[in-house]
Amino acid sequence: MPTTAADIQRRQINFKDDIDYVYRTPRGLTIETVRKISEQKKEPSWMLDRRLQALKYFLAKPMPTWGADLSGINFDDITYYIRPSERSSTKWSEVPKKIKDTFDKIGIPKAERKFLAGVGAQYESEVIYHNLKEQWTKLGVVFCDMSEAPRLYPELVKKYFGTVIPAADNKFSALNSAVWSGGSFIYVPKGVHVDLPLQAYFRINAPSMGQFERTLIIADEGSSVHYIEGCTAPMYSKDSLHAAVVELVALPNSRIRYTTIQNWSSNVYNLVTKRAIAYENALVEWVDGNLGSKVTMKYPAVLLKGRGARADILSVAFAGRGQHQDSGAKVTHLAPDTSSSIVAKSISKDGGRTSYRGLVRVLPQAHGCRIGVRCDALLLDKRSRSDTYPRMMIENPQATIEHEATVSKISDEQLYYLESRGLTREDAERMIVVGFLEIFAKELPMEYAVELNRLIELEMTGSVG
Amino acid sequence: MPTITNTLEIHSLHAKAPGQEILRGVDVSFPRGKIVTLMGPNGSGKSTLAHVLMGQPEFTVTKGQIRWQGKNLLRLKAWERSRLGLFVSFQQPPELPGVNLLEFLATAYKAHHPKANQQKDFDKNLRKALSTLKLPESFLERSVNTGFSGGEKKKAEMLQLLVLQPKLAILDEVDSGLDIDALKLISKTVRSLRSPQRTFIIITHYQRLLQYLKPDIVHVLVNGVIAESGSAALVKKIEKKGYSEYLKVAS
Repeated sequence: MPTTAADIQRRQINFKDDIDYVYRTPRGLTIETVRKISEQKKEPSWMLDRRLQALKYFLAKPMPTWGADLSGINFDDITYYIRPSERSSTKWSEVPKKIKDTFDKIGIPKAERKFLAGVGAQYESEVIYHNLKEQWTKLGVVFCDMSEAPRLYPELVKKYFGTVIPAADNKFSALNSAVWSGGSFIYVPKGVHVDLPLQAYFRINAPSMGQFERTLIIADEGSSVHYIEGCTAPMYSKDSLHAAVVELVALPNSRIRYTTIQNWSSNVYNLVTKRAIAYENALVEWVDGNLGSKVTMKYPAVLLKGRGARADILSVAFAGRGQHQDSGAKVTHLAPDTSSSIVAKSISKDGGRTSYRGLVRVLPQAHGCRIGVRCDALLLDKRSRSDTYPRMMIENPQATIEHEATVSKISDEQLYYLESRGLTREDAERMIVVGFLEIFAKELPMEYAVELNRLIELEMTGSVG
Repeated sequence: MPTITNTLEIHSLHAKAPGQEILRGVDVSFPRGKIVTLMGPNGSGKSTLAHVLMGQPEFTVTKGQIRWQGKNLLRLKAWERSRLGLFVSFQQPPELPGVNLLEFLATAYKAHHPKANQQKDFDKNLRKALSTLKLPESFLERSVNTGFSGGEKKKAEMLQLLVLQPKLAILDEVDSGLDIDALKLISKTVRSLRSPQRTFIIITHYQRLLQYLKPDIVHVLVNGVIAESGSAALVKKIEKKGYSEYLKVAS
């Protein structure tokens, strides 16, 4: 077999690093694990108390059985905290060489210079690099390692941390609240528009690793910010767990866009809770691309709490062989004149399985809401599967609702047409898939749209054999 | 290379769609540089012949040979035949939602011309093609065939023809449902591509297009076999008498 560009690209993501870690907790999860993590971070005691309480919730809650199969997760076999370097740097040159090489391969510092306002890079449990361009620091924008936030910004953290997603929300938010490490803390002051994206990059390198980053973004009144996260991990025979919690607070008239391009290797359980609160006339946009992983369960949510608040959720899932992408969106209309749009696109290939799971809820007081839900599934072969579970709980009769769902297959006619113009079958399939996701790709900054197409190419070529 | 290999030669070709034999022994050749017309009543197998040549998997060739440029075409996949220089315009091209027309054209062009130094010709061809077809540049921003009118679909097919510049182009009823201006555009397109190196096979029911494009050779396909071959004069004969005499013989 000739080496294709896709093969080379796969190798570029799939490399493993041989790293001497500075500190790691023993496998398994006990009170002691939680205490050690807190101690490593020298965090205030109130945060430790919250962690210990969350651990209780985690232990008390049963595994969810309503979604994807999670029976393969062995909580005793996971390492919950790994510190790869002594400290987080703001200078790229200070990052340990091997880790630096990893991110160099992925293209992190280059991207920062070119089109980002700031960058964070997390390796295992800790953010090893963080930088925000000076023009934004001057305006009072905060973009830092979440681990440092309880010490540096205790008032904001106390006020908002865990208010959007309480520890007891679900088993994995409880787990995250107990052992969280890293992630981003962002505060955008009133009226400030951060017009270049802020980006964080998450990498799991060790086998049987648990990564539990925690992100909190607060957009103050009339401000706006676009945050992008990318994730990868190399392939191991043992499974890893990624259970992040992301909380967004969009204060009146603000706008937050949160873009994810996730490309975990197919041994990662990706169980993420993402939720936003949108106050009066605020806009929250989740642009969520789920490629890779073994199992993903993720339903970005927005609570529309203030009059005129808007939610725009665009979710894309690609499931290949042995993968289950259980994703979707949740919106709760709590106030009048709120509107929401959910567009979910999924692709299943080589026996992969996608599920759209959505919940739109309109409470009695939310007069004059508008809701649009659209789910499109594309099946690339007969072995693959797609399910749709769209729930609507409408308690206000005035709500305007549009709902549309389609399941389609790539037709032989489309493939033959493209082949008759000189495209191989693989190229033809990829072109149709890229077309199917066009609505998603056009929402991404150029560099990410290119990256997305590259990842689709990997998915389309890497699945055979 | 001997000239003979540049003639596309079909011997005793039998092909069927699921449950139905359509081509029942086609013997015909298409010499390089000629405009050949393939006529025949509805259901006689004209489009099937076009797509069997192109390699549509829906059809099974049960017997016979197709040779071109020293190759057995039946061993090649559709994309390989395309890269050899074969092109069929589709009567009903499928919609490709979200697939940008420009990107599609560029990808197809690149498949035919993989070398980097050939890329500049793409822009040149494309610009010329748009002006020949009187299409605005914004047309390229649309999704391939998606929501196109009948006329736009035909033009999009012609656009691909002009960009790819194949050695042998089969135009399958490109004239159906078009007004006279569109018809003129299409004949202009063909004439602009005409060269001693390039063969056209024009499949049509009507004489209209043939008034603008004078064929060198005419074949009449009836019930899956070539019933008669001749010069442009044969078109006139069919115009007068229709296909009834062939159908009598066939039944």
